[in-house]
Amino acid sequence: MKMITKLLAGATLGLTMAGPVLAQDDPTKVGFIYIGPVGDGGWTYEHDQGRLAVEEEFGDAVETVYQENVPESADAERAITQMALSGADLIFTTSFGYMDPTMAVAEKFPDVKFEHATGYKRADNVSTYSARFYEGRAIQGHIAGNLTESNIIGYIGSFPIPEVIRGMNAAFLHAKKVNPDVEFKIVWAFTWFDPAKEADAAKALIDQGADVVLQHTDSTAPQAAAQEAGGVYTFGQASDMSEYAPMPRVSSIIDDWAPYYIARTQAVMDGTWESTDTWDGIGPGMVGIGEITDAVPADVKEEALALKDAIASGEYHPFTGPINKQDGSVWLAEGETADDGTLLGMDFFVEGINAEIPN
Amino acid sequence: MDSINPILLIASLMVASTPILLAALGEMVVEKAGVLNLGVEGMMITGAVVGFAIGVNSGSSALGFVSAALAGAALSMVFAIITQVLLANQVATGLGLTLFGLGLSSLIGKPYVGVKAPGFAKLDIPFLSDIPVLGPILFRHDPMVYLSLILVAVVWYLLARTRVGLILRAVGENHAAAHALGYKVVRVRFAAIATGGAMAGLGGAYVSLVRVPQWVEGMTAGAGWIALAIVVFASWRPWRILLGAYLFGGITVLQLNLQAAGSSIPVEYLSMSPYLVTILVLVIISVRGNHGAPGSLGRVFHASQ
Repeated sequence: MKMITKLLAGATLGLTMAGPVLAQDDPTKVGFIYIGPVGDGGWTYEHDQGRLAVEEEFGDAVETVYQENVPESADAERAITQMALSGADLIFTTSFGYMDPTMAVAEKFPDVKFEHATGYKRADNVSTYSARFYEGRAIQGHIAGNLTESNIIGYIGSFPIPEVIRGMNAAFLHAKKVNPDVEFKIVWAFTWFDPAKEADAAKALIDQGADVVLQHTDSTAPQAAAQEAGGVYTFGQASDMSEYAPMPRVSSIIDDWAPYYIARTQAVMDGTWESTDTWDGIGPGMVGIGEITDAVPADVKEEALALKDAIASGEYHPFTGPINKQDGSVWLAEGETADDGTLLGMDFFVEGINAEIPN
Repeated sequence: MDSINPILLIASLMVASTPILLAALGEMVVEKAGVLNLGVEGMMITGAVVGFAIGVNSGSSALGFVSAALAGAALSMVFAIITQVLLANQVATGLGLTLFGLGLSSLIGKPYVGVKAPGFAKLDIPFLSDIPVLGPILFRHDPMVYLSLILVAVVWYLLARTRVGLILRAVGENHAAAHALGYKVVRVRFAAIATGGAMAGLGGAYVSLVRVPQWVEGMTAGAGWIALAIVVFASWRPWRILLGAYLFGGITVLQLNLQAAGSSIPVEYLSMSPYLVTILVLVIISVRGNHGAPGSLGRVFHASQ
């Protein structure tokens, strides 16, 4: 019955507000709001893996619901409200643009706990959580700088928000470190998920001479475009995207939300849930680095893994000075590391990136 | 290095525009028969998944395209029965068809996420494809690009120059009069709706088999709605559909290329320009007082009226 409800619900644009489940004890209801479809192979896919892990961990003690393809607009508020009305105890809203809608709904439902991914606004019943993707970007940049022969690295950005800009800066700094001639070409897609547009963006970058394409959008389309073009390297984004290994995908950044989702669900069950701000990286395991394939020379792979270990242990911070801002002014002095506040609000490129951030 | 190669640009805009061209052309035929089918997006995505599934399983993209056309037509028949036989509201039914198509496609597509597409050979005509400038633009595409252009000509010819086209237009302009003259209004509309469905299916399959090429849920991402807008933009004329589709597709590709080339023109202006042009065209059309919309568009027909 549950299966049928799910299928039917799936057929109506992923409105998976499954009907009431017949259970003796009232299970803890955990809701998820997704920006794309669970089958995107990237960002949303990994959040859904986290949801499935929660189900696996708690069995009948939880009930999870999700709604996919929720736009970052007034629709989001409607979707979150509906989920809160349907009795959810804990709701994860998994995209930056859900920040204000989440805050608005949270005010109306003080007894429901909310968790907003990648945002910076909190309340008594709203936590924020994010992963230090930039740590993975540093490793990508290191590999990309070594691999490129045209010295042009293409980068598909989604929206000009701090999270994306941070990734670009981290990748650029580490590519530049191993290859001083490297140049970044940046395309803003202004979407998180539009396979055709993402593929077009990848093609445009390849046409412009890029032989490494990094992406900060959610689908595997740029991987397919790079594969078709041939001789272009890519990295899996948010998910391993290993179906494109060993070429074009030579490594990946994997988001592992499962431990966090399980811990937060447990906290709600125990009544110990508090509003917190979590920002974890490679060390605690929230950011994983996918297997580096044989398309990468062995010495580069070794350096990349050493970099990963250094970041994981806290021995090295990807933003360590001297680093200048794009306009040439000093941002970090020799040996100084960036503080989280600046990183969270990052709205500038570092010196050497020859592009502008759209408003 | 910092300039855009116009030859590559034109070649890639033709590829980017082909899905919306096919879908818009099909929708125009439907609307010319007086039926408004808002289910284009649903039929496209169904075509995308069916074309991809059959293409992967058979190893033949051509077979994938044929199946996609059949799937799009089959889905459109659901719409035809509900609106033409059961006389339901066309707008609501069309929207329902889109939702249904999106859900159905993600169900069918589950096993195909991450699967690679079968190749689709590009035409490489000796001599012709080696002509400088014209070669890459005109003679190095896959067959579907040429088919879409041929279809524009065929639709134009059928509508403007043949008896079949005259009957179709008569049904769309005034279905009561066409009925009085003895034409089978419902039958003509069924045929038009099926044509529209088949072409939307082809457009969808082009996205999944050639343009991206892979299956991702929801991958048409609103192309069906743009196709609907292009029909209005084109004021229901086949050659203007071609212009509209290439304009929309072209600007998408152009703005990505301009960004990659490091241009200083703000992205927002470029992204917005096709819509501005559409509004402009609508204003011009309404000032002239002749919008070109078929007279019976979206109205329910029953022989007793």
